[in-house]
Amino acid sequence: MSEITFEGTPEQMAALKSCIDEHRGEAGALMPVLHEAQNIYGYLPFEVQTVIAEGLNVSLAEVYGVATFYSQFSLSPKGKHKVSVCLGTACYVKGSDKVLEAVEKQLGIKCGECTPDRNFSIDSCRCVGACGLAPVMIVDGEVYGRLTAKEVSGILSKYRED
Amino acid sequence: MVNLKINGIPVSVPEGSTILEAAKLANIRIPTLCYLKDVQCVGSCRMCLVEATGARGLVAACVYPVSEGMEVKTNTPKVRKSRKTTVELILSTHKKKCLSCVRSMNCELQKLALEYNAEEDRFGTDHDLKPIDDLSPSVVRDNSKCVMCTRCVAACAKQTIGVIGPKHRGYAKVIGSPFDASLAHTSCVNCGQCIVACPVGALYEKSDVANVWGAIVNPEKHVVFFTAPSIKATLGEAFGLPVGTNVEGKMVAAIKQLGDVQCFNMDLTADLTIMEEANELLQRIMKGGKLPMFTSCCPGWVKFAEHYYPEILPNISTCKSPQEMFSAVLKTYYCQKHNIKPEDLYVVSVIPCTAKKFEITRDEIGHYTDAAITTRELAKMIKEAHIDFANLPEEDYDAPFGEASGAGIIFGATGGVMEAALRTAAYVLGGEGAPLEFKEVRGTAGLKEAEYEIGGSKIKVAVANGLGNARKVIEQVKSGEKDYTFVEVMACPGGCINGGGQPYVHDEVRNSIDLKAVRAQALYNADKDNKIRCSHENSAVDTLYKEYFGKPLSEKSHELLHTHYHQRNKY
Repeated sequence: MSEITFEGTPEQMAALKSCIDEHRGEAGALMPVLHEAQNIYGYLPFEVQTVIAEGLNVSLAEVYGVATFYSQFSLSPKGKHKVSVCLGTACYVKGSDKVLEAVEKQLGIKCGECTPDRNFSIDSCRCVGACGLAPVMIVDGEVYGRLTAKEVSGILSKYRED
Repeated sequence: MVNLKINGIPVSVPEGSTILEAAKLANIRIPTLCYLKDVQCVGSCRMCLVEATGARGLVAACVYPVSEGMEVKTNTPKVRKSRKTTVELILSTHKKKCLSCVRSMNCELQKLALEYNAEEDRFGTDHDLKPIDDLSPSVVRDNSKCVMCTRCVAACAKQTIGVIGPKHRGYAKVIGSPFDASLAHTSCVNCGQCIVACPVGALYEKSDVANVWGAIVNPEKHVVFFTAPSIKATLGEAFGLPVGTNVEGKMVAAIKQLGDVQCFNMDLTADLTIMEEANELLQRIMKGGKLPMFTSCCPGWVKFAEHYYPEILPNISTCKSPQEMFSAVLKTYYCQKHNIKPEDLYVVSVIPCTAKKFEITRDEIGHYTDAAITTRELAKMIKEAHIDFANLPEEDYDAPFGEASGAGIIFGATGGVMEAALRTAAYVLGGEGAPLEFKEVRGTAGLKEAEYEIGGSKIKVAVANGLGNARKVIEQVKSGEKDYTFVEVMACPGGCINGGGQPYVHDEVRNSIDLKAVRAQALYNADKDNKIRCSHENSAVDTLYKEYFGKPLSEKSHELLHTHYHQRNKY
């Protein structure tokens, strides 16, 4: 996992704590609190999970177990530019795994992670309904189709900070 | 009562019983894997599947409740086929390095595979080797052997530690600590209950056996062993003797056959601990020190307090554990007396405990112990030396550290330290004729309390075993609900006789007897038969004070026999 410093604000912490207070003592409180925590911070770093564990009086291992079980929870923040590579069936048979590999190599991080400068994050998705354009990659909502691994570098450079 | 038939045998059990419990009454074996009495009951491994009338498909006997008129079949072709497939599926992701595995011949999976004629490669071997976490001084985790039964997770949660759990999903799922941290970097207290809960070789202690063999063959080293109180009550299990057999004499003989070594008795420094601890308690009472005083001989408990309750550290006795007292005595007094350089004396402590392996790494303790090996490691050395343990003639511990009182012996069971301290406190305050037995603090209940009148003053005591119970006591003391004078805490349920370094006992045995009680009885029997019952009667301890320490809590004893604690992070 890439090293990213936690940058939480006092307002975010206050919001998290009030959410914990609201659910404390309920059976199954962990799921709604994790959802809200991810809404507040965009991801679930160590600093957030320990507050949740402490607040709900459950072990950190339990919090982490749930956070890593569900793919909708993220342990990495999202970058300023969100890159998403489709790994749906059509894209996959057209070689989108190679595209994803190229993106990972270009940015120096793995799928699901964020660059240390928080400029880019990579995710994979399953079918965006543009199978005719397979393989497909989306950057900040913009769809790039019929891609080859070679084209990745050029596309990403459009989004790099000068 | 509910009436049912299992394999045609009528059995009558209380309502709410499970099929597994009913089967036990009918003397019918049902194999289990993820189920462990007092630890976990989740019905996830599917080994205990049986046929039951009224149920769709096979049901898990460990969780399925009985009902009136139910007919259960535990041994049909359908059941056997299902269990066999379950074993084979587990084996498909298991690192099958059985010959060199720590659990070889003692593995619950191996036993099941054999019983069900499982083919180890029916579904191939579909896994990547996972990294081994061996950074902890106490516990090694090899997840390539893990069968995902989560017994270790349940054992850790029962200790209210919870530093391990399942993480990720599907093929990526592993058991481990959050954020991919090594166990060494968590608030694990090293109690090792995860190890004794593990059915396979995925968890084991960080072994010091090779180092000890190295020291034994090194002509420059004087090697001395000493054995903790509970080892005599459990070592025999590793050689097929019945649970609860006292093998003290054979154990000493076996250690002496390992090489040119001496074997001393740690029960003696248990007595020394009592001399220091009882006097510390009296001093706290008289001089208005922090009360209640908590015992300090359990390193798992001490680390627990450092992580989770740093505010009570001033309440913990400053006495080192018997292990560390002994090593300090050996590297100072004994070395001086016998003109041995401390660096040439190699001190091996045989302990029932994995937390003691951590304890010897503590800087403030002074690094007097060279190696701490568990009961299991000692058994391994004895087997490696090909010693015929069962037929060994009994031998005595070596002088001058062989003598022990019954009080020292019972240190190995929950309540033992408390009773030992009470015996000496009663003598100090009440003189001759003081009571010898304090039975209220005995037994395997998780939390025991009693009130005694000793020398005219009332003493309220509590004994907690298992860290969940320790937590309860601390919370009650903090809230002011209880005003104990003295509290004994042992991290492991049942105390050292059920420590994380004790011989592996299969679930089948653990589920059918009270392991803790049977092992503890061996110690209480030895106490009863012992010539002396109280720590202050131990003449070897007396000599130590006369020749070296002067008196309890002297300057010298503060220097060598006492220590201090420090706060540690919770996460």
